[in-house]
Amino acid sequence: MIRALLLLLPFLLLAEMAKAQVPLGQGPSAVREGLEIGTSTSEIAITSDFRGADLTVFGALNNADELFLAIGQYDVVVTLEGPVDYATVRRKQRVFGIWMNTDSMTFEQVPESYSIASTRQLEDIQTAPSLNRLGVGIDHLTLSPTGFVGNGTEITEFREAYRRLKLSNGLYQRDTSGVRFVSPSLFRATLRLPANVPDGVHVVHAYLFKSGELIQQRDLPLRVVKTGLEQTITDAAHQQPLAYGLFSVFVALVTGWGASIMFRKD
Amino acid sequence: MTVYLPIAELSVNIFIILGMGAAVGFLSGMFGVGGGFLITPLLIFYNIPPVVAVATGANQVVASSVSGAISHFRRGTLDVKLGSVLLIGGLAGATVGVWIFSWLRRLGQLDLIISLLYVVFLGTIGSLMLAESLRAMRRAARNEALPLKRPGHHNWVHRLPLKMRFKKSKLYLSAIPVVALGFGIGILTSVMGVGGGFIMVPAMIYLLRIPTNVVVGTSLFQIIFVTAYTTIVQAATNYSVDIVLATILMVAGVIGAQYGVRVGQKLRGEQLRALLGLLVLAVGLRLAIDLVVTPADIYSIAVGGFGNR
Repeated sequence: MIRALLLLLPFLLLAEMAKAQVPLGQGPSAVREGLEIGTSTSEIAITSDFRGADLTVFGALNNADELFLAIGQYDVVVTLEGPVDYATVRRKQRVFGIWMNTDSMTFEQVPESYSIASTRQLEDIQTAPSLNRLGVGIDHLTLSPTGFVGNGTEITEFREAYRRLKLSNGLYQRDTSGVRFVSPSLFRATLRLPANVPDGVHVVHAYLFKSGELIQQRDLPLRVVKTGLEQTITDAAHQQPLAYGLFSVFVALVTGWGASIMFRKD
Repeated sequence: MTVYLPIAELSVNIFIILGMGAAVGFLSGMFGVGGGFLITPLLIFYNIPPVVAVATGANQVVASSVSGAISHFRRGTLDVKLGSVLLIGGLAGATVGVWIFSWLRRLGQLDLIISLLYVVFLGTIGSLMLAESLRAMRRAARNEALPLKRPGHHNWVHRLPLKMRFKKSKLYLSAIPVVALGFGIGILTSVMGVGGGFIMVPAMIYLLRIPTNVVVGTSLFQIIFVTAYTTIVQAATNYSVDIVLATILMVAGVIGAQYGVRVGQKLRGEQLRALLGLLVLAVGLRLAIDLVVTPADIYSIAVGGFGNR
């Protein structure tokens, strides 16, 4: 009996070790990958000669699985979302020979600008339904119309038009190779801010996917501000509109009056 | 060199704006018009949002009208009483106009209405001006005398009640058509960003039979106050006056105007009017083409919605 037990002991020990090794090898429950990000700046200034800017986002992967890293199972997606607001899309139709807006649809709380960079095509990382659920990617942003919408195909058309227009005026941008790994665990993402970027608080979102599964997310705010004179003027126009209007008229009066004095033929 | 326009929220080439202001100023000096009806369409052609173009245009007209009004006031060719009655209508019209403007903007039809109004007004005024000056040129070529004006000829306007005496203009006239004219011009000022002189001056001469010597001064008097008022109301309700854009336009405009006046004095009246007529027609035609030609994209986006603004 005792001999039999002694004979079994190595097997039992092996079995115990094997049990202990399972979590070590597969990771997620015991050791989680970490994601840290930092941006090249926390504030972007719109100056009078502003022509757009580049934002560099640096990131580090902690506790990455060597094997998964080697076969490229980690994907990083970095987005920069502008301030959200309602957006109205209008459609023109020919009425008595003239093109006029006849239909419109208003979408709830969509980012005014959206720039996305990823390690590869988003659709290669994750399936479209999951991306829709996460709201990651220009084609997957949630665009829900306000009010009553009778026709389902209409929504699709207006959504497509919205995305197309935003891409063509540069407010929405995508770069499917914008995230580069500079070392096995360090990456760098470059996001482009167009010249017409809205001011306000933007948010940098970084998503870490492992074999297509979202495992980590980090957010950082980025302030886009009009500086100096531009800011003063915008503030004045919105916060002191009456004084601003009076001042505009005053400038006009002085300009007109000044010219009549300067060019007076005496 | 680019400059950022804080209200229009875009960067523009400062030299293009300066050139636009100077060219329109030159023309306005040459022809003795305010220039609002040229500057607003030009700004729209240069992709400035129509909302901003209209409000800023009104502001620019203030500057271009001031020096003219000052000289008329000095010469005494300004009927303050008549101008004040016009102004009452003008201020009321501008108030209603800004309200219409905001309403159309919410409906998404503002750009269309602005273009349509410009096409109609520029087309009509341009054709009339061109036809009239061509007739005058033909007459001059045949050495015929100008047909005599018919002073004292009364029309239905002079049979209206509520008559007032305007000493300076030597007129005894009902206040109703004067207020109504001011009201109509006031609406145009706030919806189109024009002074309205190109409509007011002919209406005062042919409809109200106001003596020609006080017409220009008096209309300028009304234009300054109505455009100033419109600028303030637009700033307060639509936040759409771009002071950077307006200042560039004004400075270039008033300088251009001085040179325009000098050139204008050398040219003959009917040739001048024919040129202006052609120019006005060309701008109107360009706007008309934009309305009819199939747009590159039938969809457009506006920030904001019905829910929050």
